[in-house]
This record gives sequence, structure tokens and C-alpha cells, in this order.
Amino acid sequence: MTAVEATIAAEPRRPAANPRTRSRAAWGFVAPALIAIAVFFAVPVFAALLLSLTDFDIYALADLRNLRFVGLDNYVNLFSNPLFWGAMKNTGLFALIGVPASIAASLAAALLLNARIIKWRPVWRVAFFAPFVTTLVATAVLWNYLLHTRYGLINWALTGVGLPAVDWLGSPATSIPAILIFVVWKTFGYNMLIFLAVLQTVPDELHEAARIDGARAWTRFRHVTLPAIAPTLLLVSIISVASFFQLFAEPYVMTQGGPAQSTVTVLYFMYEEGFKWWNLGSASAVAFILFLCILAVTLVQLAVARRLGAYE
Amino acid sequence: MSRRFDLKAVLANLAVVLLVVVVLFPLVWMVSVSFMSQGEAATFPPPLWPSKPTLEHYRDLFVTQGMGRYMLNSLILATLATILALLFTVPAGYAFAKLRFAGRDRLFQLLVAALVVPAQIGTLPLFLMLKSMGLVNTYAGALVPWLASIFGLFLVRQYALSIPDEMLEAARVDGATEGQIFRRVVLPTLQPIVVTLALFVFLGSWNDFLWPLIVLTDQSNYTLPVALAAMSREHVQDAEMMMAGAVLTVAPVLILFLALQRYYIRGMLAGSVKG
Repeated sequence: MTAVEATIAAEPRRPAANPRTRSRAAWGFVAPALIAIAVFFAVPVFAALLLSLTDFDIYALADLRNLRFVGLDNYVNLFSNPLFWGAMKNTGLFALIGVPASIAASLAAALLLNARIIKWRPVWRVAFFAPFVTTLVATAVLWNYLLHTRYGLINWALTGVGLPAVDWLGSPATSIPAILIFVVWKTFGYNMLIFLAVLQTVPDELHEAARIDGARAWTRFRHVTLPAIAPTLLLVSIISVASFFQLFAEPYVMTQGGPAQSTVTVLYFMYEEGFKWWNLGSASAVAFILFLCILAVTLVQLAVARRLGAYE
Repeated sequence: MSRRFDLKAVLANLAVVLLVVVVLFPLVWMVSVSFMSQGEAATFPPPLWPSKPTLEHYRDLFVTQGMGRYMLNSLILATLATILALLFTVPAGYAFAKLRFAGRDRLFQLLVAALVVPAQIGTLPLFLMLKSMGLVNTYAGALVPWLASIFGLFLVRQYALSIPDEMLEAARVDGATEGQIFRRVVLPTLQPIVVTLALFVFLGSWNDFLWPLIVLTDQSNYTLPVALAAMSREHVQDAEMMMAGAVLTVAPVLILFLALQRYYIRGMLAGSVKG
């Protein structure tokens, strides 16, 4: 406190008004936001941890006297619930296929657009990005129709080139890939923009020098482009994992978790547990497990990145 | 550059155009199907253009499905969310960048650390909290999460760091109060980031699904995405009407984005690349 006031006092051209008024004004500026963040974000997050240790259900919702502290029972019950493990497995599959696929699509589009020979780059950039700003529920409805087994354009295209029609959203084997095609279409523009911004900071001379040394396209990508975008690649992969772990509206609209529970994600499971069956204690435990999973994967990614960096 | 025919350049540009067509085609087709007459889209091969364009699905949506009400709900909520988010986060973001107060840096570090916590974790307690306050199924309940945007605060702070201190000091020497300085000196310089943040919040609120689905329980309070999701569970066969509903939901945000894309993209890159 005194140190802060001393620095203010030491500043040149200090106005006549004393620093205490200024500090009070600053608190006036930040207080509404901090109170809102504390009340509507921090408190609910900590309350979720407490809630996950209770048996809060529809009876407690009616009368709080029915609420009991049950320790880790919710977690124990979840770990013996095959539906929960199914949701974990599905979410893992979504992330395991979805993250590399979406990053590959974003990077490929960015590399293509970054080529100097491409004309009207800003126009294409916006076109690729447009699906990202569309309303998820609306485009999910659209893709439901594009993926329709009988009337969908995708199957029409497949049969047109002699391939068999696929029961995209009707079969447990293809439901996850089908939803992922939609998700990649909708989101690749976001990471593409980020990659594009970083690629433009790589000096052309570096590529030119490598070219003169006779390096082929792949070698140039490996030794010039990749090191330059490595930190961004890490950031993008961390954000992507977190967002693929939180898929909800896609299965809610396109498959309602089916067929045969094959697209029930952890967040979808949480929604049903909490707002369909009103097991809010158990649903909070699901939310916490999801958070810990995201955190764990992020830490692993950081560790891997550090190790790769150390070996170079 | 020589003007000779460059095959590689032509092929690369062709590849880009082809990709753009593939990416944008679903959106174009969505519009096309919305004008088809009842049942036309449920034929094979799927028709590309309506044989007899009709507006009947749009009319049906407004007359029998209450689409006007949902649009109004979405518009009011997105507008209020934008105004409230700006009121709460812009002054705070500026103060974190430019005003000194005890504990500022430690508080800011805490907020940045909190960015890794997904807001979904607090969904259930927040619902119970609003229920006890009687705010479930009200606009206020739907707006609450937009008040507590750490990301918005962070975005404004990063931008406000570039305001020169001399400018603020000069205003202080002239005897302006901190409130006057904020309104007359700071706000005009923050204008680009304010537009960006307003755009983010408006689109975010308009497109939001999980929270409105939970908190808006009464059909008359549904936003467009919630209403569309409910309709798609009832009218699965009625592709033309569903596409018309999707067009009405997507068009406003897409147009807004195209009009202000400079602000959107600049803000997005500032928030992720530098962050």
C-alpha cells in the first residue's frame, strides 16, 4: 500500500488531487466487474465443488432439509456407472480424432492461403471464417439435413462417385465422425486465422534461402515453418482440446445422444443428470471431473512441448 | 513479376476457389431449400434450386410457430447483454491497465489464472442461486453470465495499455476528475476495442445455447437457438421449414459479422496470439 502510494508520489507532474482519490476512483471502476465475477463465477465454481459432495436431488430442490453430505459417494457411483464411462469414452474419441483433424484442416487452409501467388486473400479469409460465427444450433440443423441418409447431399455426392451411401447419424460406428465433419467445417476458420497471422511473421527470406539451398517443400515446412509456428501450435491444441471436451449442442440437436448412446458427451451427460433427472449433486461431480480432465490434458501437452523443445 | 502463364499459380488459386465453394455451399443451399415448396427437399437426388420459390415457410414460422417472439427475445437479450458487458468490463479493463490501486497486479494474475476454469462448472450452483432469487425464466437470469466476463476485461486491458500516460496526466493537471478523464479522454481512444467487444458479446449471446436452454424454461421466453432446437425435435421431416428457421437465426449475425469483420478479426487475434 505505502509502496504503491510512494510510486505515485514520485511520478512527475503529479496533480494537486491526492492519490487516494485516484485509488478510490480505480476501485469504483473495477468494483462492479469484480463483484459480478465473484458472485456469478467464483462462488458458483466453489459451490459446485461443495454441491458435488452432497446428494442434492429433486427432493432437496423441494425442501433443503432433505440435503445430506455424502462425501465422495457421487464420484464413487459415477465411476461404477457404465453410462458415465460411455460418455467419457465418447468425449475422448471426439477429442482424439477431432483435435488433430481440425488442426490439420486449419493449418492446411492457412498454408494454402499464405502462398504469395494467391489473389484476393482477404476475401477467402472471411469466407473460410464465416461458418465460425454462425449459430451452432442452426448449422447443426442444416448438417442434420446434409447428412440425411436418403435425401442428404453428402450421400448424393458419395453415390455419385460410386461409393455406398452411409447411414451417418443412424449408426453408432459413424455418428462421431459425422458430427466431427460438421464441427471441423464450423470451426476450422478460427484456428486458420491464428495460423495465418503467425505465418505472415515468418520472413520470406528464410523460405527463399531454404529454396536456394535446394530444400523441397516438405523440408522447408519441417525446418522453417514448423519451428516458427510451434508455440502457436501448442496454444491452438490446448484451446482445441478444451473445446472438444465441451461438445454439447451438437449431440443435443443432431442425435440426442444416440444412436445407442454413441454420441453422449460428458457435458451432455451432465445436462441430463442435472436438468432432466435433477441429480444436481452428481451432475456437479461430473462437471468437476470434466474440469480435471481438461486440466490434466493441458498439463500433459505443456510437458510434452517442453520435452520436445529440450531435445531440439 | 512476369506476365507469362503461370500454371502453378492458376492451380493454387483454383484450389482455393474450389475449397471456398465447398465451405460456403452448405450455407447457400440452406437459403435455397428454405424457398422450396413443402416436401420438395425430401426427394432424391436433392434439388439444388427451388422449382417454384415460395415464402410460405417464413410466413408459417411467424404465423404458427411464434418466430417473431423468439427473434424479439434474442434481440433484446443480445442487446442488453452487450450494453451490460460493456458497462461492467470497459471501465474495469481500463483501470487494470492504467490506474494504480493496492493489489492490482495480484488480482489481475488471479483473474488470468481463472481463465482456465470453464464457466460450465458453475452452471448447476448458478442455476440454484438464480432460482432462490426468483430469476429463473427471466431475462435477468439469462443475462447474468455476461456480466462476469474475465475475457472481456482482459481484452480491454491489453488495448488500454497503449494509452499514453502523458495524456491522462495532462487531463489531471487541467483538473479533470477520474470519471471525466474516462469519458472524455479514455473512451474515444478505446473505441475500436469497444466495438470489438460489443460484437463478441452480441454474437456470443445470440448464438449461446446451453445457458438459455437451462434458464429459460417457458416457451414464450425462448431465444432463437433454443426454439430452433425444440422445433427440430418436433419437425424433423419438415426440412424446408427448418432451413427457413436456420436462415432467420443465422442471417442477422452473419450480416453483422460481415459488416464489422475488421473489428472482429483484429480483436480475435489480439485476444489469442498475444495472450
